Amino acid sequence: MSIAIDGLGLILIVPAASAAALALISDYRLSARLNMLASFVTLISALSLLFSKSEPGPYLNVDDLNIVFIVLTALVGFTTSVFSASYIGHELETGRLSPPHLRFYHAMYQALLFSMNLALAANNIGVMWVAIEMATLTTVLMVGLYRTREAIEAAWKYFILGSVGIAFALFGTILVYMAARPVVGEGFDGMIWTVLIERVSAFDPALLDVAFVFLLLGYGTKVGLAPLHAWLPDAHAEGPTPISAVLSGLLLNVALYAVLRFKLLLAANPGALAPGPLMATLGLSSLIFAGLMLYRRRDIKRMFAYSSIEHMGIIAFAFGMGGPLANFAGLLHMTMHSLTKSAIFFAVGHIAQVKGTQRIADVRGLTVTHPVLGWGLVMGVIAIAGLPPLGVFTSEFLVVSSTFARQPWLALPLVAGLLVALGALMLRLQGLVFGEPTPDVAPSQASYAPMFAHLALVFVAGIYLPPPLVAWFQHVAGLLG
Amino acid sequence: MDALAFDLAHLLAGCLVLLSFTMLYQDRLYALLNVFALQAVALSLSVAWQAWIQGAPHLYVTAAIALVFKAIIIPVTLHRVVAKLGIHREVETVVSVGPTMLAGIGLVALSIVVMLRVTVAADPLAREDIAFALSVVLLGLLMMITRRNAVSQVVGFMSIENGLILAAAGAKGMPLVVEISVAFSVLVALIVIGVFLFRIRERFDTVDVAALDRFQGERR
Repeated sequence: MSIAIDGLGLILIVPAASAAALALISDYRLSARLNMLASFVTLISALSLLFSKSEPGPYLNVDDLNIVFIVLTALVGFTTSVFSASYIGHELETGRLSPPHLRFYHAMYQALLFSMNLALAANNIGVMWVAIEMATLTTVLMVGLYRTREAIEAAWKYFILGSVGIAFALFGTILVYMAARPVVGEGFDGMIWTVLIERVSAFDPALLDVAFVFLLLGYGTKVGLAPLHAWLPDAHAEGPTPISAVLSGLLLNVALYAVLRFKLLLAANPGALAPGPLMATLGLSSLIFAGLMLYRRRDIKRMFAYSSIEHMGIIAFAFGMGGPLANFAGLLHMTMHSLTKSAIFFAVGHIAQVKGTQRIADVRGLTVTHPVLGWGLVMGVIAIAGLPPLGVFTSEFLVVSSTFARQPWLALPLVAGLLVALGALMLRLQGLVFGEPTPDVAPSQASYAPMFAHLALVFVAGIYLPPPLVAWFQHVAGLLG
Repeated sequence: MDALAFDLAHLLAGCLVLLSFTMLYQDRLYALLNVFALQAVALSLSVAWQAWIQGAPHLYVTAAIALVFKAIIIPVTLHRVVAKLGIHREVETVVSVGPTMLAGIGLVALSIVVMLRVTVAADPLAREDIAFALSVVLLGLLMMITRRNAVSQVVGFMSIENGLILAAAGAKGMPLVVEISVAFSVLVALIVIGVFLFRIRERFDTVDVAALDRFQGERR
């Protein structure tokens, strides 16, 4: 196997090489900078993919669908590395982390970016599985980084539930290969996605159906869809905040991308069951469940973790509905959610450091004491709650209106879920940012650039979507069927 | 197809299912680990046999990994962990043995009904192998649900993995089986290290009310 040193090669080689290098560097300042540099190079390489078309190989392939995900991953990966550099400095001062931890942390961060890029660029369903497994492992290790009882519990829970999900996904992958074998023949071709999609119409539909159920349950666990979400809030709340941002903003998308790939396979087979309704049901139940759960949260990071479940539900619902408009809305919502949620976690990370707590009840009056941070959070929460004029509003509006056009009855629970979540977020936000300020335990030394960069993008997207972007997303939405 | 090859493949795959049932009613951790080691040996033989009848030499690697890693290294390590953590007492079960076994029989029946129905077109060897494999997976899952102890949950997870490797080896000509079994071994190794390092004795949803108060997802 030879990877030419082009953009595609670089988005894999750069994170892999820097993960190895960062494991050896013990000076944390240097490694934080190197982490940023590596993420930046990855971003540039990912952007270069936009301008170069390559032929699908046996292992890797960049097509119009996964390029959206790759660019988003590289972008949020870079901004999070900038945020992380200022975040960890504080953690080191307060003694929550030690330099050896940080060495491990930076190496794992790049390993995570590598495995996510590999999962997205994989043209082979086996390689994709291995990459998602690797991404799970690296995040488990980072969630447990603080070594507190809660962090270890969260990591263990994530580990066990994630592993069972991964096991189911592998079983589904094997079944897809078995379905492909009589048509495609033995060996490598039976796992290459571009080969599968061409010949899938001749596969045995019954076998594909069973395979998809396993894949949806398996990768769906990693997406955090409602009955399978138990690991998600704990993993978000107990790990370092940059990891919460990457988990919510990126890893959930990667798992969803895997589900989408298999959904495309099923949709191209005339005899197979329609995958849409299954996804839409899971999505809707996640939305409503998470919306209700938001009211009872006392931990700020946990609250936004539930909000991620809610939004993954909306995205899964939109892709489940299918059709050009709903798919477009799903893609846009996914992008907006990644940007907004990671911006919120950037703010929350600094807030938790300044206040020394993650309890919602102990954080009050942020706009008074920390105007920049407080108003940043206000803007982020307004965005994520789906209020106009921000980007999430646009995409949620599109989801709702396409549902009205196609299945008016489904729009009812959808809108109800959105309103319930909106209410919960506004209720909590009010307490956090207004009122009598609570004392700080540490001075603020935040880097606001990543947060406001994300929010600016979301704001601009809410007002004006550039026509090339619209055309691009429309094209991808058409591919998704 | 050679009748003997066919029968032997089924015998070995059937052994795995039988050993999964045996694991379900073990009430001592050491005994559980021994049965698991036996299952890994059965898996290794089964994969080696598949390698022979399919003429696929790379599967011998998978068989060797199963034998060395899962039948020897992991059980021995877990024996030590159990001794060191002092948890060689009885395994706490959430559901008693009777209902668990009945549920297990139901799951095996379910997987055979489902898999045989959907794989009519596939070749008979792979077809019944995959039905057995799904049974092993579901029985492993049942074990994870009905045990409260972290070590027996890990054993349950590893038996799920045995089922998956059986399925992957049975799917003739499937690429990447070796890579997948290596990736899984890394996962398992980390889980075992995790149990040891963090001294995880129990699953966290214990019946201890104080613990519930603390770990119900919200810290006060």
